[in-house]
Amino acid sequence: MSLNELWFLLIAVLFVGFFFLEGFDFGVGMETQILAKNDTERRVLINSIGPFWDANEVWLITGAGAMFAAFPHWYATLFSGFYIPFVFALLALIARGVAFEFRGKRDSKTWQKTWDVCIFFGSFLPPFLLAVVFASFIKGLPIDGDMQMYAGFFDIVNAYTVVAGITVVLLCLVHGLMFTTLRTLGDLQERARKLAQKLLIPLAVLLVAFVIMTYNMTDIFDKRGTLLWIVVALGVVAYLLSGYFMTKKKDGYAFGMTGAVMALSVASIFIGLFPRVMISSLDQAFNLTITNAASGHYSLKVMTIVALTLLPFVLGYQIWSYFIFHKRVHEKEHLEY
Amino acid sequence: MDTVMLSRIQFASTTIFHYFFVPVSIGLALLIAIMETMYVRKGNEEYKRMAQFWGKLFLINFAVGVVTGILQEFQFGMNWSDYSRFVGDVFGAPLAIEALLAFFLESTFIGIWIFGWDKVSKRIHLLSIWLVAFGTMLSAFWILAANSFMQHPVGFQINNGRAEMNDIFALITNGQLLVEFPHTVLAAYATGAFLVTGISAYKLLKKQDVAFFRKSFEIAAIVGIISSFGVAVAGHAQAQYLVETQPMKMAASEGLWGESGDPAPWTVFANIDTENQTSSGEVQIPYLLSFLSYSKFSGEVKGMLELQKEYELAYGPGDYIPPVKTTFWSFRIMVAAGSLMIALGVYAIYLMWRKKMDKPNTWFMRFMFWGLLLPPIANTSGWIMTEIGRQPWTVFGLMTTEDSVSPNITSGQVLFSVISFTAIYAILGAVMIGLFIKVIKKGPYAMDNEHGESHDPYNKED
Repeated sequence: MSLNELWFLLIAVLFVGFFFLEGFDFGVGMETQILAKNDTERRVLINSIGPFWDANEVWLITGAGAMFAAFPHWYATLFSGFYIPFVFALLALIARGVAFEFRGKRDSKTWQKTWDVCIFFGSFLPPFLLAVVFASFIKGLPIDGDMQMYAGFFDIVNAYTVVAGITVVLLCLVHGLMFTTLRTLGDLQERARKLAQKLLIPLAVLLVAFVIMTYNMTDIFDKRGTLLWIVVALGVVAYLLSGYFMTKKKDGYAFGMTGAVMALSVASIFIGLFPRVMISSLDQAFNLTITNAASGHYSLKVMTIVALTLLPFVLGYQIWSYFIFHKRVHEKEHLEY
Repeated sequence: MDTVMLSRIQFASTTIFHYFFVPVSIGLALLIAIMETMYVRKGNEEYKRMAQFWGKLFLINFAVGVVTGILQEFQFGMNWSDYSRFVGDVFGAPLAIEALLAFFLESTFIGIWIFGWDKVSKRIHLLSIWLVAFGTMLSAFWILAANSFMQHPVGFQINNGRAEMNDIFALITNGQLLVEFPHTVLAAYATGAFLVTGISAYKLLKKQDVAFFRKSFEIAAIVGIISSFGVAVAGHAQAQYLVETQPMKMAASEGLWGESGDPAPWTVFANIDTENQTSSGEVQIPYLLSFLSYSKFSGEVKGMLELQKEYELAYGPGDYIPPVKTTFWSFRIMVAAGSLMIALGVYAIYLMWRKKMDKPNTWFMRFMFWGLLLPPIANTSGWIMTEIGRQPWTVFGLMTTEDSVSPNITSGQVLFSVISFTAIYAILGAVMIGLFIKVIKKGPYAMDNEHGESHDPYNKED
């Protein structure tokens, strides 16, 4: 495997990790408006992701940083090309991040409601917008011979990308609900499981629609057909299993399976892209690839050594932190947020 | 306005706003780690309360620092995509390493610190805050390594019109980094320290929780005076390095058009006329500029007019003189604020040493309270001098600001982002100050019961 391939893989892993992890805390953020019946439940939900959401978000920051370092042209074309979607995603992430910290700091109801709105939109908009961005990656974008992207509104927002956005949002919600079944007790836990079960049907419809649209509107099944069909098959199995485990109340396994569906969905985008990183709708020759968008060999080598040395530690202590906070959050205990 | 100017406003507002919070996080993390260490070693609950009280402020501040930091990382690609293409190799690498090495560490262990008081052992809990403090320092190191490359590019070669890294060790032993890192990190420690002494002074003036705040004041004053001195020493080293590597910035920060003469005097004030390229009405301290530049009382410093000619020879025709007034005055504001910090710190230590903290002078305590503004003023003006003084370059000698901006964004888009981000900064800033005041007014002994629940959260119950 060349270093360029390795870095494509690492970036894919970082984004898969990001959607798997932040996916559930986005979901829990949405639940504060959808599932919680009162302020205590809302606080239980927020506290259940309290120790984790910040570290989960670092997966996104690291993913973007890795892009910058390993494929500067990818980073440059992507962030300047999707200027306005990123402005909104950033505003949402900013509001959400401070809302967790701020909402409990005053007793006023208006105060809390304001930050609750921030938490909801901050948990809903970023996965939606990021899914829109990723979907337009594989659909192709007006990128010219200088690697500059001049996208109009409908290049970014169209039926295909919106379906992708809604699918990912709903997937985050279901994944989050399963996380809630793992970290809470009693009524809240029951309701979370029930809602997840209810959402499985509409989510399945969306997922199937997304696969069909991808098949018809992109070239990725032509390019990587076999591998992608295997991923789709695995996704179907994981999806069915998640439903099965929910009925059996095996929440841990069900959570693993909703996570697997998320991971496979994100992975399929990267599999379809490879070895391209951004597809030009103007001319194939203008595609950004792991070769023409990459840093020099020396940079990649240095970054490889650094990343392979550090990643085991990062994974180690992050897993350890989940172990420390494996106990369920009880509404009678001290709630930090 | 064109996209270059708007993008510069965007970058300046984001960076300045972000940098109100970063040094506070770095400084407070260290102080809290010290306080918790005292708690673990002495077993005195007061120190735990101290760590928790200042920890509350730390967390509010940290949250704003984190979220504005995401924007900080994304804006290079959004507004400065041609810059990102050109330097991604060298500049992206430290950013990615910063995320891997520092952000994961900080975010994971801050989670353990906040939620782990009764879930992990005392020692693990203490280790968590030290790891957070260490993480903030690592983060500073790598981002400053990236910034140092912009001031003084090393460890690269130009290949196919891009700067490609060829020596990571040159990058992390960049002479600029070796002076910039201690200067910046010590300034951050001073920022945290003066925040704690300032708030403590306010509470002492109000005669509230006197024992608690006197102790806090003393711990912070010691950190504050050591770091303030250190900042000055590192700053002196930085000035000498500046004369060597970016003489134009040095000359601009002195408002020096012609030759300085030998020995060179330091200009305290001057009336700068950028149109006619002269300065008048200078108030000067003899010998001092020679000393600042070379650590001896002789030696000439080149003026901007001569440097302009030299730069033209080296880089082709163009205007290489940065905005002189901004560079000149921001340097003076920084030095003035830094000097005041040292003066306040020395007097605070004198009071502690003479055991006069029981009845400190009211006026002095008022100064100490307002003194909490000095580090942010110094930090901000220091960065303005550094970044404005480097103009017209983004990467000194390699790439200009004009050439760095994204060619595919419109001024309307940038204007939209400037307005929306500035608005959210204003709101966040106001909310944060409000919450700070609330936490401070409540004081350290009202914390246990703030959600109106009737139990002691620090008792284990399940």
